[in-house]
Amino acid sequence: MELLIFGSLTDIIGTDKLVLETPQDTELLKVSLLKQYPSLEQTHFFLALNKIMVQEKQPLQEGDVVALMPAFSGG
Amino acid sequence: MDNQQRYIRQMILPGFGLAAQGKLAKAKVLIVGIGALGCPALQYLVGAGVGQIGMVDPDAISESNLHRQLLYGQADIGKSKVAIAAGAMRLQNPAIKIKTYPVAIVRQNALDLMKGYDLVIDATDNFQAKYLLNDAAAILKIPLIYGAVTRYQGQVSVFHFPDQEGVSYNYRDLFPIEPADNIAGSCESLGVIGVLPGIIGCLQAAEAIKIITGIGRSLAGRLYTHDFLETSNYEIAILKNEEVKPLTREAFLITENQSSEYWEEIDVDEITVDAFLKLKTKEQVFVLDVRESEEYPAIDFSDAQIPMSELIQKLDLLPNKEICVICHQGIRSVYAAQLIQAKKGLKTYSLKGGITAYFNKLT
Repeated sequence: MELLIFGSLTDIIGTDKLVLETPQDTELLKVSLLKQYPSLEQTHFFLALNKIMVQEKQPLQEGDVVALMPAFSGG
Repeated sequence: MDNQQRYIRQMILPGFGLAAQGKLAKAKVLIVGIGALGCPALQYLVGAGVGQIGMVDPDAISESNLHRQLLYGQADIGKSKVAIAAGAMRLQNPAIKIKTYPVAIVRQNALDLMKGYDLVIDATDNFQAKYLLNDAAAILKIPLIYGAVTRYQGQVSVFHFPDQEGVSYNYRDLFPIEPADNIAGSCESLGVIGVLPGIIGCLQAAEAIKIITGIGRSLAGRLYTHDFLETSNYEIAILKNEEVKPLTREAFLITENQSSEYWEEIDVDEITVDAFLKLKTKEQVFVLDVRESEEYPAIDFSDAQIPMSELIQKLDLLPNKEICVICHQGIRSVYAAQLIQAKKGLKTYSLKGGITAYFNKLT
């Protein structure tokens, strides 16, 4: 699966795109991201699976694209 | 409309015509923030013939605004943004009724400022204002056109306005909880290239024109993110957050008292992780987690979880004993502890540093 990183979250993850082993679901993806990048804890973001927001746990498949979208506040 | 020649180029567009122009002439739009997003949005709405435009901004023009806030010139430094913008707009299109409000939008004035407008444009630059506008627009049932930028990316969406399925979304569907401070950073701290908020502000004006005239499909239900460096965009379908809703009128106004009246002055006992563990083993206290339900990590050492956003309505669920409030970082929990102490008269504690400190200590 592919992970797209938006906004200033790229500071934490160090890139705007990652190719990852596909976890079983979005919950496990989030847990592993938080473990690998603990500073994500301090940020507000949501996941979108194939351009649809994730509100409840969704299963992941090979080839899925998940976006990590933080809150933007500049203007 | 006495000056049709002015609008002839847009009126000859398919689907636009006299009817759409008439809707624009009758419309009242409030723009909150006359900075890098607000300037272009304002200019295009005045140009298009929106009948009445209100502008809210307490700030004076500074030199570092000028590279991106093109309504203002070198000679305007130090002058009021809304005053300079209003002068320029009256020259551009004298038929438009311009109202200026040189104040910061806060809970005490938000509903009064917004009432009577058909649509509000969020051209603000901080989370506090964005949540406030979202909740006030929900209370007044006014469509809100959201815009924001961070470095080389910008976002637009339309809240409190039905999408093609008739469903309306709001900012709290995306980000349920207001960050404790401006954690994502501002243009001042992160930098911004002038043309990006220009693009986003123009998109906000475009959404306003579409909503007012009823042409096209609005961004309701879609979060549109534009990338300056790639010249690309990424569109996400928004889904409803069933747990967190915008504040009700009551909560909106109660919290106003909370922040301006007596609650904030209540001293809260902020305790360390060690003191917390001691209290906990004696079973003296009821541990209340005030994080919202989707926050991580899950914990097993609280007696109940009542999200901060619902606490005011759910105070009666609390037992009649000492309460230790915990949250992510120990900031919200202080407010919650003050609220409980003020409303219930119970002795309260707040875990200093929150769950973050707890896990740092124990792991």
